[in-house]
Amino acid sequence: MNIKVTNRINELFEHKKSGILSVYYTAGFPKLNDTLDIARHLQAAGADLIEIGIPFSDPVADGPTIQQSNKQALDNGMTLKLLFSQLEELRQHVQIPVIMMGYINPVIQFGVDNFCKACEKCGIDGLILPDLPIKEYVADYKDKFEAHGLRNIFLITPQTAESRIREIDEQSDGFIYMVSSASTTGAKAHVVQDQIAYFQRVRAMQLKNQTLVGFGISNKETFETAVQNSNGAIIGSAFINLLEKSVDLEKDIKSFVEAIKGLSS
Amino acid sequence: MSYLVDKNGYYGQFGGAFIPEMLHPNVEELKENYLQIIEAREFQEEFAQLLRDYVGRPTPLYFAHRLSEHHNAKIYLKREDLCHTGAHKVNNTIGQIILAKKLGKNKVIAETGAGQHGVATATVCALMGMECVVYMGKIDMERQRPNVERMRILGATVVPATSGSQTLKDATNEAMRHWISNPLDTHYIIGSVVGPHPYPDMVARFQSVISEEMKLQLKAATGNEEPNYVIACVGGGSNAAGAFYHYLDAEEVKLVAVEAAGKGINSGESAATCVLGKAGVLHGSKTLLMQTEDGQVIEPYSISAGLDYPGIGPMHAHLFETGRVKFENATDEEAMLAGIELSRLEGIIPAIESAHALAALSKISFKPDDVVVVNLSGRGDKDLETYIRWGKY
Ligand SMILES: Cc1ncc(COP(=O)(O)O)c(C=O)c1O
Repeated sequence: MNIKVTNRINELFEHKKSGILSVYYTAGFPKLNDTLDIARHLQAAGADLIEIGIPFSDPVADGPTIQQSNKQALDNGMTLKLLFSQLEELRQHVQIPVIMMGYINPVIQFGVDNFCKACEKCGIDGLILPDLPIKEYVADYKDKFEAHGLRNIFLITPQTAESRIREIDEQSDGFIYMVSSASTTGAKAHVVQDQIAYFQRVRAMQLKNQTLVGFGISNKETFETAVQNSNGAIIGSAFINLLEKSVDLEKDIKSFVEAIKGLSS
Repeated sequence: MSYLVDKNGYYGQFGGAFIPEMLHPNVEELKENYLQIIEAREFQEEFAQLLRDYVGRPTPLYFAHRLSEHHNAKIYLKREDLCHTGAHKVNNTIGQIILAKKLGKNKVIAETGAGQHGVATATVCALMGMECVVYMGKIDMERQRPNVERMRILGATVVPATSGSQTLKDATNEAMRHWISNPLDTHYIIGSVVGPHPYPDMVARFQSVISEEMKLQLKAATGNEEPNYVIACVGGGSNAAGAFYHYLDAEEVKLVAVEAAGKGINSGESAATCVLGKAGVLHGSKTLLMQTEDGQVIEPYSISAGLDYPGIGPMHAHLFETGRVKFENATDEEAMLAGIELSRLEGIIPAIESAHALAALSKISFKPDDVVVVNLSGRGDKDLETYIRWGKY
């Protein structure tokens, strides 16, 4: 049970050390059945990693854009059960690592064991559950996740103490999600000096895990600043804004990803 | 068995601190410091002095003659309605504002549903000269206009929560988001025994003054500090936690919590979490929660804005599960009738929240010698509009 099989996340980080682009979107948004198409288009456009959000009625860590996408997805009729059925064919179309991101309550109601089994069956590689703290994870979830080959990704913030970053690094096998500033999710136009100092401070800790920077990354400028001080970055709200306006998902996703990666790819 | 919090922040299977990492430093700071701060003599003295001189404690324990006659038992009312600002909520905000000062915070945020906790928070912020922002669901702001203006008169900024269902749970979400974005100088005063550890324990301790006084007052009135029954309404559960606190281990005292059944348990418009809820995680703790099969939180309903919360505090979830507290519920109609009954029999117009506790008097068969304490959590001034709209008096 403790022999870890390398999964797609580990493989990605082994082969690619910089400029990694991860893209988040909410399942069932803008339309209920867009989930799989968006994943396919992201892979084709050159994203390195995909995070699929499980919509929740009360997403406390999210800003207005992702809140709204959660609400619309739920109004569209998205449920965790339906999401797993949409993802049954995932691995026939998508080879890059896929992570599911969401709040713990829907997972508990689905049943943690059932949830892990369903993830494994669909070829999900990892999980980001912002309201599952490390203490609870280690006590009640870790063995189950590992038994199904799921990597749990933890967040750190500018306020996270060094000793806690070390503890998180110890418990992580995949990457660490560096929240860029004290804030909820949301697109911002710039990265400020304070944030760069924080990225550099974490880099100097020489963690065993690689880091991706997320929250507030929205365009080529913010992406490039982030990737200078980490292994890559995660874009969420800016991509949700694009999806909301898009009339041609395939074309718009392609130009979005290309514009972000620009010189860095 | 202990009914209080264990060293890991749990009440049986309920409680904990299910918070995003962004809130970890704030909550950890509280957890590491709250006991040391509130158990210090200096804190205790300031807290006791403000409760006495500013809030007006001890609140009376009033023997309700005519109500007793009507229900054929010896009924006492613990008069939290006589607290400054009109409800028990201020016991907690006084405690937390002193704590916030000791932690070196100079800004305060709060959530509010009916506006009672918002008013109690705005009040103590004015008292201490602290900046105050209160989140309130946009729909609740329209329903509770006078309390919005009371907060503004007191100098608070009231921010409408426009996300989700635009009521109490969304105001709580917005307050948490504000805290995430302002981790250093801001204290979040949660208004009930909900939220991540240590909030449920901390708020229960501040409210425990209710049963501390009750014991002394009952002893003086009846010769016995233990009644046969203590009855309190439950929204998040803070007034009930305070009224039950010092009786939890006295198993012969029957503790009764009353939830809002709204238009009826099976009407789809209810807030009776213990009947309709399942274990889940919201606002940082594992507790009983009204939710769909998919784990989405359901918007509850009650005529009383202070009781329409989709969960209950983890301490109460545990008290329910262990059977230590018996959970009853009262419909809108039953509560309104009980509110009118108290007005006519005793000349006291209760808050509609508290009227739910009074409604339980008709559901229990008492013996004539039973000593019953009803925690009258608040006064009805804020609810005049609702009484008028209901009309049957
Ligand atoms: C008078 C009164 N009683 C009871 C409540 C319910 O809260 P709790 O269950 O935390 O006591 C409220 C909440 O606003 C209230 O104003």
